[in-house]
Amino acid sequence: MKAFTVHEGLVGPMDRANVDTDMIIPKQFLKSIKRSGFGPNCFDELRYMDEGQPGQDCSTRPLNPDFPLNQSRYQGASVLLARENFGCGSSREHAPWALDDYGFRCVIAPSFADIFYNNCFKNGLLPVALPAAQVDQLFQEMYAAEGYTLTVDLSRQCVVTPSGAEFAFEVDAFRKHCLLNGLDDIGLTLESAESIRAFEQQHRERAPWVFGAIQ
Amino acid sequence: MAGKTLYDKLWENHLVEQREDGSALIYIDRHLLHEVTSPQAFEGLRLAGRQPWRRDANLAVPDHNVPTDSAERAGGVAGIADPVSKLQVQTLDDNCEAFDIVEIDINDVRQGIVHVVGPEQGATLPGMTVVCGDSHTSTHGALGALAHGIGTSEVEHVLATQCLVQTKMKNLLVRVDGKLLPGVTAKDVALAIIGEIGTAGGTGYAIEFGGEVVRGLSMEGRMTLCNMSIEAGARMGMVAVDDVTLDYVRGRTYAPQGEQWDQAVAAWRDLHSEEDAVFDQVVVLQGEAIRPQVTWGTSPEMVLPIDGTVPDPAQIDDPTRRAATERALVYMGLKAGQSITDIPADKVFIGSCTNSRIEDLRAAAAVVKGRKVAASVKEALVVPGSGLVKQQAEAEGLDRIFIEAGLQWREPGCSMCLAMNADKLGPGEHCASTSNRNFEGRQGIGGRTHLVSPAMAAAAAISGHFVDVSTWEEA
Repeated sequence: MKAFTVHEGLVGPMDRANVDTDMIIPKQFLKSIKRSGFGPNCFDELRYMDEGQPGQDCSTRPLNPDFPLNQSRYQGASVLLARENFGCGSSREHAPWALDDYGFRCVIAPSFADIFYNNCFKNGLLPVALPAAQVDQLFQEMYAAEGYTLTVDLSRQCVVTPSGAEFAFEVDAFRKHCLLNGLDDIGLTLESAESIRAFEQQHRERAPWVFGAIQ
Repeated sequence: MAGKTLYDKLWENHLVEQREDGSALIYIDRHLLHEVTSPQAFEGLRLAGRQPWRRDANLAVPDHNVPTDSAERAGGVAGIADPVSKLQVQTLDDNCEAFDIVEIDINDVRQGIVHVVGPEQGATLPGMTVVCGDSHTSTHGALGALAHGIGTSEVEHVLATQCLVQTKMKNLLVRVDGKLLPGVTAKDVALAIIGEIGTAGGTGYAIEFGGEVVRGLSMEGRMTLCNMSIEAGARMGMVAVDDVTLDYVRGRTYAPQGEQWDQAVAAWRDLHSEEDAVFDQVVVLQGEAIRPQVTWGTSPEMVLPIDGTVPDPAQIDDPTRRAATERALVYMGLKAGQSITDIPADKVFIGSCTNSRIEDLRAAAAVVKGRKVAASVKEALVVPGSGLVKQQAEAEGLDRIFIEAGLQWREPGCSMCLAMNADKLGPGEHCASTSNRNFEGRQGIGGRTHLVSPAMAAAAAISGHFVDVSTWEEA
């Protein structure tokens, strides 16, 4: 997995609450059996004027001029600023894949849906939850200054604004460790293989019906 | 010390390792797979040279992409018209073959929506940890199981290690007291709860549903309720084990039998929260206060009782909520103050992992029996949740009732719930849908979804607009 340590990048807006995973990557693109290539279809229904189809060349599709991320000032944005309950809805990991493939390294919002939040960490995409008032302040500063950037420092757990103000955020110690070091968590879990086998043995005695029925 | 909640017990029964950093390794008993979220996980195993940890933990079934049209379905995988859908279903077959995982394939009579098939086959049982790369895995919590959706990386993780790294959630009790009025169903309860706590109300929590109303629900009803937990923000919802649970599980294909059944029942009897258990939060609803519900907007929390009127953004102080309401009204083509009963139903969808079980089909059939679908309704689909539900419904003659009323009787699958197959809404079309999400574009680009119960969807099909099914008989 891609590591995340410190990232400084241009900030782009997704200024609405309850952005769901259908909005981030519509269902027709979930038919892909690959992990990559979802970026051109990230926010597809908001971003383009026509209906997107899998495998299509998106470079010639008509862009929606009213979609903020289409504005020239936000081209190359790598930090997405969003509102409450970002990533709600389905468990599709295609949502963080699409955001990552678009070029985002970090999403800042007042709150995230649980499954989406978890999926981000598996893909080197850092979700940062900040109090709503701070997010609101970041939105105002971003709208006021073209080329607005933020620095997101995972090891220090803070977001730094151009004026030097720092906003601290919380992150689980385990997730932080994995993301800072770009660790493969399957490999990590397999280091506990002996404990898993020992548990499995006891569990089999306690609840034998869990095992062997499906053959 | 306070007594344990049901969630505490399920967590402790599957705790492999508690780590100092607060994370824990949790053992997974049952892993369900479908074609959409598994290909990249199998590819990951292949690239790393890994094999499934315990093959009998897994059960696969294609559901999202499968055609529900009988003619197209008759051709099996090869007959799927959309080549991209076909490849995805074929890839599941190939991966299950390569990794020796049991699959109920598209031609199998047991095929259906993974969350209908799991409990129906006894593949998901009380006390189990159940995961699947699908957020509606919360459904299986109805059995007194710890069940939740996972992403594709975790699908691969479970395949390779039989475990997940997790942090414990907080406990939320949603208690529904009293009784439900006639015409009010589990779906209405679920929507009323979401209306009360919001789509993020359950974020960070494991929900236990309790109270007299929940105890009085059938297993099908409890599955509907737990299914919608994720729409309240909670990855998992669960109901304590009682006789209703045991009666449902007994005799199912993969359920224990004989002596092992007795041993299992003895263990499962403990699957309830203790009297003195303390929840981090408790929400109480009164059953009698719940009316049939209809969502009017683009988030499940944008829901009203059938006698309600569409909200006026001008009355909302919070700017983010006001903007969301304004946007939802534009998208849905509705006006502030409009009566819910004035909203047309251009299409009707009865199905999905929320409401496609036999009880749901019976409720819908009872409403349409001897009546005709309104001329203004362009299409009304009934999509049973599994081949076995379909068989049962046909044995009861429900298919004839639907067909005579002018509804289409389809083959099992996810269908128009998320429109990954050919069943979808056109732009601007209002749909009375028994599914679980009314997000923009969910059922087709520009489509306008209104979430309702099966009886309410059936009544909308007959009337051509939303009506109160509880008083509708006299109309």
